[in-house]
Parts: sequence; structure tokens; C-alpha cells
Amino acid sequence: MSTAAPRTALTAPVRELGRAVLFLLTAFSRMRFGRRQFAEILRQVYFAGVRSLVIIVISGFFVGLVLTLQTYDTLTRFGAADAVSTVLALSLFRELGPVLAALLFAGRAGTSITAEIGLMRATEQLDALDLMAIDPMERIVQPRLLAGLIALPALVLIFNVTAIVGGVFFAVFLMGSDPITFWSNMQSSVELVRDFGGGLLKAVCFGFVAAWLAVWFGWSARPTSEGVALATTQTVIATAIAVLILDFILSAFML
Amino acid sequence: MTESSTIAISLKDVTIRLGGRTILEDFNLEIPAGRVTAVMGPSGAGKTTVLRLATGQLRPDHGEVWIGDTRVDRLDGKSLGRLRRDIGVLLQNGALFTDLTSFDNVALPLREHTKLSESLIRRLVLMKLEMVGLRGAADLYPAELSGGMKRRIATARAMALDPKIVFYDEPFAGLDPISLGVSLRLIRDINGALGTTSVVITHDVREVARLADHACIIADRRIIATGTPDELAASEDPLVRQFMQGEPDGPVPFHYPARDLDEELLLQEADS
Repeated sequence: MSTAAPRTALTAPVRELGRAVLFLLTAFSRMRFGRRQFAEILRQVYFAGVRSLVIIVISGFFVGLVLTLQTYDTLTRFGAADAVSTVLALSLFRELGPVLAALLFAGRAGTSITAEIGLMRATEQLDALDLMAIDPMERIVQPRLLAGLIALPALVLIFNVTAIVGGVFFAVFLMGSDPITFWSNMQSSVELVRDFGGGLLKAVCFGFVAAWLAVWFGWSARPTSEGVALATTQTVIATAIAVLILDFILSAFML
Repeated sequence: MTESSTIAISLKDVTIRLGGRTILEDFNLEIPAGRVTAVMGPSGAGKTTVLRLATGQLRPDHGEVWIGDTRVDRLDGKSLGRLRRDIGVLLQNGALFTDLTSFDNVALPLREHTKLSESLIRRLVLMKLEMVGLRGAADLYPAELSGGMKRRIATARAMALDPKIVFYDEPFAGLDPISLGVSLRLIRDINGALGTTSVVITHDVREVARLADHACIIADRRIIATGTPDELAASEDPLVRQFMQGEPDGPVPFHYPARDLDEELLLQEADS
């Protein structure tokens, strides 16, 4: 049996990763900051961040709600219902907030970035920039990369806040837990740097990876409708896998 | 004036392979300055490759590409950027930026490459839009424009920096007769008024006869004929005649290379 096929199956992802890393290095090596670039970054933060708010707020609220529901039910059996806010806050700040927000970001903003750049390639807009002596890396890639880096940490904070609101709604308003105990337990169990800061650091890393993969798959998409569709799917899959792997690595270092 | 200065673009002994296929081989082309030159040929003959070579988007495997006295295929990124500011390109579908209005599309090269004040940029952009007859569409987005209007806006954008050379890639494809007439007049007017070198890449023989001062036909990876449109129309070369008369069969076969039909049908029967 030929060994070429398995070898290609092994080397193709490595080659793809190599190309994506080179692409990223090129984007950073041509980084330029000016008034116009700053305005474009803000515009992209709006598209990637502000337009993801609805899905983040709704998902955050229900994640907080269901997490409190499940935890409250279990902890009540052991007479430890007061610890519900501790479990809620720690699981949100350390893991669920950054990971879930990153997955939602990949599905909403990542696919949108990939499709936009893929279609720009298909409709020769990237060529047009190049021919006008305007660097597409500077004009298209860099603002979207930086926007992901800025938008996701902000979205994670909003996700956490709405999830806690969901938790309060269930525990305090529906189940009648004491609000003072709820808040004081949460405050005493969460460490600012380790839990809150660690989660934020994860959000920055995930935002960077999500934006990088979204831009890369759009950039390298075949200039056809099928190619763009495939690229958007790849963005979601690759970002989900990368975020989960990265989450494990970062968690292992932070503990 | 020296001979080299009357030649705006020249490709010398150029060979280029793309995707394992030789597109051009020992290809030679000279485009005179200040005139309208049509580069014609059947689909897939390598017309757009000539554009990409001349603008430095592609580098030849062999040979030289010159624009004026500058050798394009040896330029680094920065020098290529400087050169491209003197070149306007109208791509096949206009390639307007869909998130920008017509005004902002035309203003983009001016904002990127000049330090002009916004009021002066506004004045220049409105003049360019007036030139293509679409000043009234300044605030419209590309999605709100017809195909012909998009190309006129793209023409205004290509002319924004008053380039010395303008490439038009298939400017007549899919246009209705009125838009086509407008495009023809526009290219002619721009060439006459600004003295630009205009290169029209097309396979529309009839339009070339109405527009071009000079034309050449690419086929079989090389130039097979060159001259005025009238000279090409009178050519006795079978390939040139097939192209100019639009005959379905000739040196360029109607059928894509395939096995003999009888043999294929027999094989199919044997298989079933």
C-alpha cells in the first residue's frame, strides 16, 4: 500500500499551520498605527464586538441560570446551598466565561470575518487594493486581528456579568437565598488576580486566536462560493478546537 | 523622443507557468505610449496574465517586463507600490469596496496616497465622478448600482491619481448596448483628454474596431497578430480569421480534447 496518502494527511495540517503562522508574522511585521488605522480598528471592534452583544448577553444569562439551577440542586442535598455563588463565580471567571464567549464569538464574528475576507478575495477587492498600492494586510487584516484582541475580553466581562445576573435571579429571587450571603461568599472566594485576571488573560489569548483563524481562513479561501462556505465552517471548527486545547494549557499553567 | 520612451509597456521573451501549465512562452509585446491598445484573444489565452505581469502581481519565470524605463519584475515591494500609483486598473467586475459609498471608493486612493485636505479631496472626487457621469450617485453603495454604473465608478477610482497608464480588464463584458456605448466613449475621452496609455484587455472584436488605435491577438502562448483593427480584420491567418470572424471551429477546436465518441460509447456498453 502506498504511504503517500497517510503522509499527506499528516503533513497537510502541519503545512497549513506553517502558512497560517507565516501569514500572522507578515501581518505583524507590516503593522502601522495611524489615525486612519485607529478609526478602522474601532469600526471592526464595533462589527466584531458590539454586534455580538445580543448573543453574548442572552447566552450569558441562561448559562448563569442553568448553572445555578444545577449547582443549587446538588449542593442543597449536601446542605451547602450557600456555596452556590462561589461555584458560579469560580466556574464562570476561570473557565466558562472565556471558553463559551470565545465559542460564541467564533460562531458570530469569526464566521462573519472569514466570509467577508473570502468574498473580498472572490470579488477581486483584495486585488484592487494591491493594485492601488494599498497593503491589504494593513487595511484588512491588521484591524480585524486587533479588533478580536480587544473585543473578546470585553465580551467575556459582559458574559460573566449577565451570567451572574442569571444566577442571582435564580438563587435569590426564585429560590429565596439570602442575597448578603450570596454576594459575600462570592466576594470572599474570588481572587482578583488569579481568578478574575486569569480569566481575562484567557480571553485575550482566545480573542487573538479566534481573530487570527477567522482572518486566515478568509484570506486563504478559494475564491468561489463553495470555497467561502468551506472556509467559514473551518473557522468555527478550528477555533473551537484551538480554544479548548489552549484552555487546557493555560489552566494547567495557572493552577 | 527616443524609441524606448514611445513604448509604455514591453514584455521581452517572457515565459510564465501557472499551476503546471505554460501560459505564455517566449512572449514579446510592445504597447505604444499615449494610445489605446487592445489585447485580444480567446478566453484562457493569457490576456489577464499580461495585465498581472505588467502590474507586478506576477513575476515571469523567464524574460523581462518593462514599464517605461523601469524593469517591473526586479522591483521590491516598496518600489512596486510607487510604480502602481502611476497605474490605474479597472478590474473585470469593478471590484468596488462594498462597505464604502461611491464617493469613498473614489476617495480611497487619494486619502491613502496624498496629504490633501478633505475639502480638496472632495472637489477632486466630485470632478472624477462628473467625468464618468455619476456625480449624482456619490452617496450610493455598490449594491445600489447597476453593473455598468459600478464599472464607471471603478473607472473614476482608477483615474483618481491621474495615472499615466490605465488597464481595462474586459470592460465591455455583460454590458447593455447603452452602457457599452458609454464605456467606449469614456475610454476614448480619458485617453484623448489626459493622454494616458490605455490598455484594453478584451475579446470583443467589434468594440475594439470602434475604440483601439492598435491591437494584438494572443493565442498559443504568444502574439499571433498585431496591427490596427482594420489590418487584423483583413488578415489571412486562419487563427486570426477564426477569432476575428467568431467562427466556432477552426485552429481553435470547438470540442475539448476527448476520446473518440464511438469508442467511448462502446466502452460504456462493455462496462454495463
